[in-house]
Amino acid sequence: MTTMDPTVEGAIAEPAGDSDVPKGNHLPGLSRICGTTGLTVDLTAQKFIQLNAVAAVVCLLIGGVAALLIALTRWPAVHLLPAEWYYRMVTLHGLSMLILWIIFFEIAVLYFAGTVLLKSRLASATAAWISYVMMVVGGGMVAVMVLTGKADVMFTSYAPLKAHQLYYLGVILFAVGTLIGVINFFATIYIAKRDKTYKGSVPLVVFGAITAAIIAVATLLHGAAIYIPTWLWALGVIPNMDPAVYRLVFWGLGHPSQQINVAAMVSVWYLLSAITVGGKVLNQGVSRVAFLFYILFINLASAHHLLVDPGVSAGWKIWNTSYAMYLAVLASMIHGYTVPASVEVALRKQGHDKGLFGWLGAAPWGNPGFSGFFLSLLIFGFIGGITGVTLGTEQINIIAHNTLRIPGHFHSTVVGGTTLAFMAVTYYVVPLIFRREFPLRAICKLQPFVFALGIAMISFGMSFAGSYGVSRRHWDIEFTGATHAAGYDASVHVWLAMVGIGGIVAFTGLLMYVLPVVGAVFFGKKIDGKMTPW
Amino acid sequence: MADKPIHPIQKLLDNPWLLLALGVLLPIISYTVWGLVELQNLKPATLP
Repeated sequence: MTTMDPTVEGAIAEPAGDSDVPKGNHLPGLSRICGTTGLTVDLTAQKFIQLNAVAAVVCLLIGGVAALLIALTRWPAVHLLPAEWYYRMVTLHGLSMLILWIIFFEIAVLYFAGTVLLKSRLASATAAWISYVMMVVGGGMVAVMVLTGKADVMFTSYAPLKAHQLYYLGVILFAVGTLIGVINFFATIYIAKRDKTYKGSVPLVVFGAITAAIIAVATLLHGAAIYIPTWLWALGVIPNMDPAVYRLVFWGLGHPSQQINVAAMVSVWYLLSAITVGGKVLNQGVSRVAFLFYILFINLASAHHLLVDPGVSAGWKIWNTSYAMYLAVLASMIHGYTVPASVEVALRKQGHDKGLFGWLGAAPWGNPGFSGFFLSLLIFGFIGGITGVTLGTEQINIIAHNTLRIPGHFHSTVVGGTTLAFMAVTYYVVPLIFRREFPLRAICKLQPFVFALGIAMISFGMSFAGSYGVSRRHWDIEFTGATHAAGYDASVHVWLAMVGIGGIVAFTGLLMYVLPVVGAVFFGKKIDGKMTPW
Repeated sequence: MADKPIHPIQKLLDNPWLLLALGVLLPIISYTVWGLVELQNLKPATLP
């Protein structure tokens, strides 16, 4: 009988046996042993993990300010911004959060997983520099074009809406820079395998990172396929852009870019389960096959964005959204059960075995690395999962399409799920990679709860308002000045107030994250040995 | 002791290059190419 490879029991590689002797293929003098974990850290990779993480947090703050302004505009009682600046902020918020913050952080995750967990050096520092500079320049160009009013096209930039050509060029530069970073990650995997820095299968967290990188390649190829012609169209080289073709190819980029998040987020869950409570993966084969489902099927789910488009057939819609998408959903359900199960097993082994949920009550909720990842799992799994699967159904989608139910869904996945997981792992990235202690630790411990509460309020408020038909991006739901009376059920004001108040709470949670991170990186106490446990 | 035979799925899981090829080709064929073919085959709308 053949068996699945049982050689890797944990989610991350076991620390080097001889803690003072670096293992792997590192260049002389370019590695260190982490005083807390015993893992070997490649110093070149460490620099680029730091650079990408800092850029990510800056983008998060910019996107967060835009988010607050949007939330206070969608709340009719406040209605803060004029129309022009509302759409400008929607564009800035979408790009900053869905692309810049998340992808900068994901490149940091790839460099960490490819080097630290495989005891390998980074394949190319030059490629990492080129990638980083292109991403910073491209992201900066996008932000400048949006803020100067030359790209009020929102995240989707649907043709025939047209932005300044430098906006598209900025997106292309960012995407190519990301692709170079992803290729550098694959090259690192290659040299780690060649130099035998690990035995058997890669650790599960690295496998999750490989999954994210594979999804990223498919995503970025679609990005090139749509943004290069659109850029040429903005330059006047191409006379027309077919809106239907644009929507099809754009969503080969737009949604899969968020599936990179899902794979990276799940990897972070496994990592934090191992770090915070010593969680072991219950079944390597099951978890890896779930990642395989992501690789094979999750990008096909992009089709749910086109469920109301008349140009594509019912067969195309049904295959890509139902059959394929549900296999990806199954994968998320597997991770959604195996990760908390690994936490439960670990805590029960530690003696917390009272009753059905005694282990959960005894979990280290004061550790923001744990609370952040577990709340991320709950929000992603329950709110994100339920809203996502229903919206991916053609019969429901045709009612809910382009209503606030859509952002109600993806704020629970991308923000409550991915962003909160990335915030949680930061509480270990800063001490272990930047080697700085966090100041304001009481605020850090509270932060995941505040942020999770705010995002849950936003998600519920949007979902319920959307269920009453409130449109997704409209500046003025009162239709002030319209010839004929128009509007929505009065109860939507309650849900939109919840969005506004949730926005304030979530922004507070965001500041509670950014300020201690900045304080730690620039002014935190230097760590020479072990980090102070949470 | 002889090495245990490796399960075919384990072989697939341990081959990032094959996974990369599958992960790129499958969505391109099923989502993009199929969708583009359908859009290209649309008949132009007739004027009333």
